[in-house]
Amino acid sequence: MPSADPSPATWEPRVARLNAEYARAIDDDRLEEWPAFFSESCVYTITSADNHREGMPAGLMYADSKGMLHDRVAALREANIYERQTYRHLIGLPAILGEAGGGVRVETPFLVVRIMRDGRMDLFATGRYLDALVEEAGALRFRERIVVCDSSRVDTLLAIPL
Amino acid sequence: MSASDTARTWPGATLTRIPFWVYQDEANYRTELRRIFEGPTWNFVCLEADLKQPGDFRTTFVGEMPVIVVRAEDGAIRAFENRCAHRGALISLDDQGTAKHFQCVYHAWTYDLQGNLTGIAFEKGSNGRGGMPPSFAKSAHGPRKLKTATLHGLVFASLCHDAPPMEAYLGEEILGRVARVLGKPIQVLGRFVQALPNNWKLYVENVKDTYHASLLHAFFGTFRITRLTQGGGILVSADGGHHASYTIDRAEDRSSTAYREQGIRSERQDYRLADPSLLDSVDEFGDGIQLQILTVFPGFVLQQIQNCLAVRQVVPKGPDAMELCWTYFGFADDTPEMRTRRLRQLNLVGPAGYVSMEDGCVGGFVRRGAAAAADEVSVVNMGGDGTESVETRATEASVRGFWKAYRRYMDH
Repeated sequence: MPSADPSPATWEPRVARLNAEYARAIDDDRLEEWPAFFSESCVYTITSADNHREGMPAGLMYADSKGMLHDRVAALREANIYERQTYRHLIGLPAILGEAGGGVRVETPFLVVRIMRDGRMDLFATGRYLDALVEEAGALRFRERIVVCDSSRVDTLLAIPL
Repeated sequence: MSASDTARTWPGATLTRIPFWVYQDEANYRTELRRIFEGPTWNFVCLEADLKQPGDFRTTFVGEMPVIVVRAEDGAIRAFENRCAHRGALISLDDQGTAKHFQCVYHAWTYDLQGNLTGIAFEKGSNGRGGMPPSFAKSAHGPRKLKTATLHGLVFASLCHDAPPMEAYLGEEILGRVARVLGKPIQVLGRFVQALPNNWKLYVENVKDTYHASLLHAFFGTFRITRLTQGGGILVSADGGHHASYTIDRAEDRSSTAYREQGIRSERQDYRLADPSLLDSVDEFGDGIQLQILTVFPGFVLQQIQNCLAVRQVVPKGPDAMELCWTYFGFADDTPEMRTRRLRQLNLVGPAGYVSMEDGCVGGFVRRGAAAAADEVSVVNMGGDGTESVETRATEASVRGFWKAYRRYMDH
């Protein structure tokens, strides 16, 4: 079976570029574009390091279909009440961990500052993305993105995806 | 004007007017910790499923008191203050673990699983010098012990040895509603903590407030998970402190236009899920109740929203802050399909919940809105002025029940 080249030199710039685009879409409030970073069949969850270590399956957000990603965005736009806020993602260099099912497994650290409408800025979340990436229609997409926050504590609420 | 300049009086005996100083006043907050959390109440501390084997422990809080809950050698669950009898340092620095005994890191004083002081480093001194006086009795020193009670897999603790038995504390109706949900061994699916920027009582009121649920939360109203036009009601315990609200889906509600006629934001006719599997629920308790929210005074919540189950523990952190500790769970005998269903439906709750995220911010909206209103009052008048159980949720009876119990404990 042909496998993806897990050499960092090949994958690193592609994954880094994808992460940069992902962060810009969220931070620029183009949330409608967020589901397109995922493959047709996909998993997205947000959990914490403690839950992840203990093998706890529940997430703060849990999507096992692309439709559920669209629903998350639609709920934020149409249904949910929360004060206006934006994120600033800083995403570190991806560590290419190896191949998986025709794609690669990657771990990437992140930091998110949340900016509230009154100007307050807080270090809102830090953690690592545990990703499985695949090629789909010639582009790199997340088949799985497990967002493992370093802390299990969330200030007030988590509305916008990480 | 600071809160301490206020009159600190209640507007008479009515439970329909709540003065805002009660959420703001530092001295009142300290009194609450003593009279309520450390008083003759029962405080949720963990699940029995967290303490499977002797030596398994968790650390948590009763009010602001740090507490160790542990399964002792005899299988009984013990709880004691997480405070060394020597200088007062935390005895355990872990959230959970398994221990044969506990040892304070500061001077290595040792405690058994019952919370008894069993060892003092250099008790006899060194080379015949120093050490504790011979008259010092270890048995007379130790962290304060709490009594514990278990109820269908839930563990409660009380610092007050005069607290009534758990069953009498809750009353038969509320007990039945706990038993309804917790009939099987629990499996924990995840834990998260939500730091809320408001007084703890604003959150407890919010949970008891069935009036707001389908109005604030568009998700509830639109998908008919709970609407005031549906069947259901509220049970309020005789002392007012505990409640259970429930919603039963009825065919006639599906065509009700009451929300639309009042122009209520939370009913969105055009709002549809791309993946409706989120709402694919089964009647696992066999009684048609699709939502039940239950509180135990002062700060425990048991939640069933369709197949999404969780317990929530309210931990006060000063007059203006609290933490809400979520434990998501299913049952040990869940099928893989049921497990997946619960994980999907858990999108409804927690800090990022389609429903619960709004409860995370609304207490802060009240704190900020009422910042200068210590001597003004909020209005809790829906459904009259009583605290009786009723077969409607367009009422604030269970919120008034909270204040009835609160004022009794506080001697207000």
